[in-house]
Amino acid sequence: MSENDIIYHYAGSKASARIRTPERITRLNRPCLIEAADICVAFGRRQVLEHVSVKVHESEVVTLIGPNGAGKTTLVRIMLGLVKPQSGRVQRREGLRIGYMPQKLHIEPTLPITVRRFLELARHAGKTPIADVLEEVRIGHLLDQQMRAISGGEMQRVLLARALTQSPQLLVLDEPAQGVDVSGQAELYELINEIRTRHHCGVLMISHDLHLVMARTDEVICLNHHICCHGRPEQVSIDPSYLALFGRKEAESLAIYTHRHNHHHDLTGHVVEPRHE
Amino acid sequence: MNDFIVRALAAGLMIAMISGLLGSFVVWRRMSYFGDTLAHSSLLGIAFGILLDINLQLAVITSALLFSGMLLLLQRNKTIATDTLLGILSHSTLAFGLLILALSDTVQVNLAGYLFGDLLTVSITDILWILACGILTSVVLSRFWNGLLTITVHEELARVEGVAVERLKALLVMLIALLIAVSMKIVGVLLITALLIIPPAAARKLAHTPEQMALGASLIGCISVSGGLWMSWQWDTPAGPSVVVTACGMFLALTLVQSLRGDQAQ
Repeated sequence: MSENDIIYHYAGSKASARIRTPERITRLNRPCLIEAADICVAFGRRQVLEHVSVKVHESEVVTLIGPNGAGKTTLVRIMLGLVKPQSGRVQRREGLRIGYMPQKLHIEPTLPITVRRFLELARHAGKTPIADVLEEVRIGHLLDQQMRAISGGEMQRVLLARALTQSPQLLVLDEPAQGVDVSGQAELYELINEIRTRHHCGVLMISHDLHLVMARTDEVICLNHHICCHGRPEQVSIDPSYLALFGRKEAESLAIYTHRHNHHHDLTGHVVEPRHE
Repeated sequence: MNDFIVRALAAGLMIAMISGLLGSFVVWRRMSYFGDTLAHSSLLGIAFGILLDINLQLAVITSALLFSGMLLLLQRNKTIATDTLLGILSHSTLAFGLLILALSDTVQVNLAGYLFGDLLTVSITDILWILACGILTSVVLSRFWNGLLTITVHEELARVEGVAVERLKALLVMLIALLIAVSMKIVGVLLITALLIIPPAAARKLAHTPEQMALGASLIGCISVSGGLWMSWQWDTPAGPSVVVTACGMFLALTLVQSLRGDQAQ
């Protein structure tokens, strides 16, 4: 049974098998926060996303994985309304509050600004005192530091704090642990998990740290311009093509994450001659 | 003290105060080339104003606003890199302006005055224009200061949080265009960007908050104007360049102060 739980998509083809387990149906019964449907994007001649659909439900953790240049960030930016897709649509729940943590924050060196001020500048800030928000991400001591003076790991927490000022119902995290050292990564993901349980928010996340995030992920989406496959982490199984996509070493470290790859990619990620097993 | 010095000082100080505030945004948002392009294109406005025989101040304001709107639209399309686009427009508008001025031999134009400014021939009308621009800028900035700062710190976060980014950007660009238009006759198209950039860059050395930097820039701008005018009065040097040289001196002095204090403001 478990092998059938995967939902396959072949880009552009109609051959998709959808078999739902009871568990999955429960998940789908939760109200949907945001939905991207049939998104296509090209930058110039390069097709970045082809017929991609993603849904995030209340209190659900959706993790986007895929090689560099697979279009993960583009997909997230489309869902945030920062990029317009060529076709497809994004639908948000009425009045959805989003907390966004961008991949990396560049603060202009000529702009002197403290952490407190950076957080106060957030729109809708002020409902919760800034000091409390900073305490929640455990960097209360940085309140009056210059943004330029804090470390990469601290910066990620400041960004998380900024997302929290929005009292978010949906957290959108683009590689939240980027530039954080190994021991800090686990802590940061732990913190994110605490926050989402406390605030009951859904999470849409791009992550390469699969060994850290898969245990808490409800839905994995493997993206390489199109959706290769998606499903619960443990329901997706290892396949030679997956190894080709991510490399053997990466795959081995993810005993929990599995992926059954039943089609081939060319170098740009296009599907070539779908092979049915 | 002569009347013309008082008028020059009044106009110069007002321009310095406004450009300290707007110039900080120019520095933060890396728009110095943008300011340059707008300034250069203003010469085209002057040229058309003379050709069509309309009020020159109105001609320059109109052309600066039109150009800033056009630049905003062109930048949004992103068909070519922004700095290439600005490079093309900046120099070709300057060249067209100079050509048209050279061909229209009906009026004798004080070209050097437009290029380098003529702080000592400021009229009461000029001062009123600058005053109006200053009042408008202060009102708009005090009303939208935090919004402008939010889009400057991180545009995408602001957008996701629902800030009307495009509108605020357009507002800022229009204010800069207006400032350039009213001050070009006084500081000149080639030197106006200096007043936008140098005082904020100098103020950055000691500032810990955006407001300190912006107000510090206004103060440094005022000192530069006063110092430059004094130089001009004392040694009969051209006023515009004297102001810029003083500003540059302030920048170097503050850089020195900062390195002696051990990089605290960094």
